[in-house]
Amino acid sequence: MNNARFTLGLLLVLSAMLLADIARAAVLPEDRTDVMYHRYEGDNIAIEGPAVLIRKKLGKSVSVTGNYYVDMITSASIDVVTTASPYNEERTQYSVGVDYLRGGTMMSLGVTQSDENDFEARTYSLAISQNLFGDLTTVTLAYGLGDDVVGQVTDPTFAEDVSRQQYGIGISQILTRNLIMMMNLEGITDEGFLNNPYRQVRYLDDTGSSYSFQFERYPNTRTSGAASIGARYYLPYRAALHGEYRYFSDTWGIVANSYEIGYTHPWRDSLTFSARYRYYTQEQADFYADLFPRFDFQNFLARDKELSTFNSTTIRAGVAWDFGKEGIGFMDRGRLSLFWDRMLIDYDNFRDLRDTEALPGEERLFSLDADVIQLFVSFWY
Amino acid sequence: MKLQVSSNAARLLKFSLAAGVLVATSACSNVEPWVKPYERDRLADPIMFLEHDPVSASYMHHVYESREGARGAMGSVGGGCGCN
Repeated sequence: MNNARFTLGLLLVLSAMLLADIARAAVLPEDRTDVMYHRYEGDNIAIEGPAVLIRKKLGKSVSVTGNYYVDMITSASIDVVTTASPYNEERTQYSVGVDYLRGGTMMSLGVTQSDENDFEARTYSLAISQNLFGDLTTVTLAYGLGDDVVGQVTDPTFAEDVSRQQYGIGISQILTRNLIMMMNLEGITDEGFLNNPYRQVRYLDDTGSSYSFQFERYPNTRTSGAASIGARYYLPYRAALHGEYRYFSDTWGIVANSYEIGYTHPWRDSLTFSARYRYYTQEQADFYADLFPRFDFQNFLARDKELSTFNSTTIRAGVAWDFGKEGIGFMDRGRLSLFWDRMLIDYDNFRDLRDTEALPGEERLFSLDADVIQLFVSFWY
Repeated sequence: MKLQVSSNAARLLKFSLAAGVLVATSACSNVEPWVKPYERDRLADPIMFLEHDPVSASYMHHVYESREGARGAMGSVGGGCGCN
């Protein structure tokens, strides 16, 4: 469950990726295999593991895909060192999907299963994509259904359900020979046990000079909406520029905006360099506080820093090397890619409890730097 | 103290659904494509793919969604130029 946020996030993302796969509707996605090593390191958390994504056509109308993904986690994060004990755990995820193409319509089905010692999640996805207006426009409608079971390592009898539904609409539009834009709308509803059974909030003791902890308590429902718009532009000397904006709000009171701009530059025949800048800013959930005035101060209580007010900056540098263009055995070609992302997060109202010299509520604000590395090889066949 | 949750997200969701229905029904009209298929060579260049590496895009979205309160509508749900 410490990893539940990762799990839920990935399941949501995978559903979106199912849609992205059919984005180039009217043609099935390329036959391709990717084998990746990924590593996230920041705030004394290291998460690494492999990811494998295989896609293969079956005839002219069907394409199947399989994905295997592992997170191996070693955590001594700020939450862990201040309220719990460092831990190691592993999450394994499998997903399969099938796309069926008929004329200008693509239909996709997918299922994903994720398992860890205290969290199980299964998601079913369905999407349909249609090309319109001489293939200048692609419209995608998607639906996802998730069923999760939240457990607790310290209490084997603890089992709570979460159900989730996703509704997505995506439009891509060719505007000129050099410019394509896309818009996405996605609504997600959750119902069930949505908080982390381990995480605690802190509240001020009667003396006012110390604090104690009690467990978090979240609402049992959450509905969110997100809308994004982006564009990609072909520069005259064969390079690409892209930008994207997203607005988000939910029934917990979180409002977020994110902005991204990126640049892709091929160099000679075999190398492609890329750079990206992303800025994200968020207002806190209504029931979040770094320090509550007293025990049971309100009906819902959270001190998850992901629900606080903060801003985050991510900078990427990437390089990819194309090889084997004349063929490698039964493969048509290959590509080796390395991406490095540096994340810098500054929290506005989440304090570092390791600052024990300060009075409660006056500790220094917490900040987080993380490095995200992806090294992967891709083969087309 | 009792908290009331806002309904902004619910309104956005309803708007999304309405917009989708509108777009879907507008497919009946007959529009002459102003960028011809033979003019889409640049859009078909791999550097113009909205998500060139699905395994990587999926992973990064996963990282963002685990570190941030927001979720959904990331990446290129409806992307692509139909010219692969």
